[in-house]
Amino acid sequence: MADASIIPAGITGMFDLLSPVAPGWGANLLRGLVRSLQIALGAFGMGLMIGTLGAYGKLYGGPIVRDLAAIYTTLVRAIPELVMILLLYYAGTDLINRILEGMGYQRVDISGLVAGIVVLGFVQGAYATEVLRGAIKAIPQGEIEAARAYGMSPVLMMRRITLPAMLPHALPGLANLWLISTKDTALLAVVGFSELTLETRQAAGATKAYMTFYLAAGALYLFVTLFSNVILEWVEKRARRGMPSVREAH
Amino acid sequence: MTATVAVAADPLQSGAAEQAEAIHIENLHKRFGALEVLKGVSMTAKDGDVVAMIGGSGSGKSTFLRCINFLENPTSGVIRINGEDVKMVGDGHGGQVPANRRQIERIRSRLGMVFQNFNLWQHMTLIQNVIEVPVHVLGMKRDEAMAIGEQLLERVGLSAKRDVYPAYMSGGQQQRGAIARALAIQPRVMLFDEPTSALDPELVGEVLKVIADLAKEGRTMLLVTHEMKFAREVASHVMYLHNGIVEEEGPPEELFGSPKSERLKQFIRTVS
Repeated sequence: MADASIIPAGITGMFDLLSPVAPGWGANLLRGLVRSLQIALGAFGMGLMIGTLGAYGKLYGGPIVRDLAAIYTTLVRAIPELVMILLLYYAGTDLINRILEGMGYQRVDISGLVAGIVVLGFVQGAYATEVLRGAIKAIPQGEIEAARAYGMSPVLMMRRITLPAMLPHALPGLANLWLISTKDTALLAVVGFSELTLETRQAAGATKAYMTFYLAAGALYLFVTLFSNVILEWVEKRARRGMPSVREAH
Repeated sequence: MTATVAVAADPLQSGAAEQAEAIHIENLHKRFGALEVLKGVSMTAKDGDVVAMIGGSGSGKSTFLRCINFLENPTSGVIRINGEDVKMVGDGHGGQVPANRRQIERIRSRLGMVFQNFNLWQHMTLIQNVIEVPVHVLGMKRDEAMAIGEQLLERVGLSAKRDVYPAYMSGGQQQRGAIARALAIQPRVMLFDEPTSALDPELVGEVLKVIADLAKEGRTMLLVTHEMKFAREVASHVMYLHNGIVEEEGPPEELFGSPKSERLKQFIRTVS
């Protein structure tokens, strides 16, 4: 029958389109994936740093620091991320260039990678602030008090006690943030950064094989999530090694 | 009268005169908002003294202990530890805070605090808990700290629990572990804040035994406790606090044998 020959032919065509060598678009997709992961990792890392500062600021800071942190988390979480990206990407680079020109320097081209990391990291930082603040509050206060009572300096206490003790409480929330970070990179397609989604759109547009390419992109995002889950599970198991499992409490 | 004579003959007491002052506190006040918890408490502990502080809940005895290592900042008063006066400055709200954070950290690292709720660090094994402060605060070599830590665990009978996390230990084991952690810093003074109050009755004995052994070997200790019988046995000096002042103090035989104030008589009747 005709049908029987069409389907295998379609599948072979699909593989040709997705092939990493020249006529195929596979290499473009993989390049997009690598860029997406670079941005996701960078943004997540930056978010963790901002989040740690933000959480400490909110918990232990003076009135001004607390207010600044509150304004930051409220604004960033209130504004849609797409708007935030357009605002920071266009307005942000424009602002930097105006300042540079005002100071008598040349305009600079800000690389899409750096801009993407900074923009998404700024957004991630607001959510991470709240995740880490909650996790620090979940540490039994007696453990913090013991660290103080034994003469630990604030920095040593943060490194040796607070951060490792809050980690098990923070990990489920941080895992969410990481997965959101991998998918939010797709939003950077609107500012013309060739991450996975934009590469996919271009490949699909050029070949008209929409189904093939969007399915392939979906599979790549899914693969990233599945791989992340394995790592996150291992990290959480390690971080919780001093804690009895929740099931045992029943 | 007989009690006084017995005290004068006590070798611990007569020897104390030559001992150096480990802790000296004068006229300590502590206010939480409108509530004045300590209304001028003074005390001196020389090396080798075991001072027990007793009193009802809300008497200020735990607050007093916590002021000594500045877990609470005293509102006013003199605190001298290891012969070193702690410098304080006003905090702008009528209270005061330590002027020099490093001085406080140095003093704290020589005071071995044992808490009511043990407060072992849950993300570390027992031996890691014990060597944490020697290695990371006092700068001791890891091997050396390990060797000392293992000896201490043996002393408190927990060698077998060396690599166990606190969550998997009984309350009595955790508290003995916490005592080992305090001993590991080679403290000038041990501070016990109601060390058996959170324990099941059958676990109290094992902890008290460890503390009694420490008293016997001449360790300087401050002990806030509800265990009257124990205070009487191990203490060289007992202070009875009521509403933030020292109502009565003296050697245990005297204080428990012939209490003078009506309140103390009543207190001894209710708790024993």
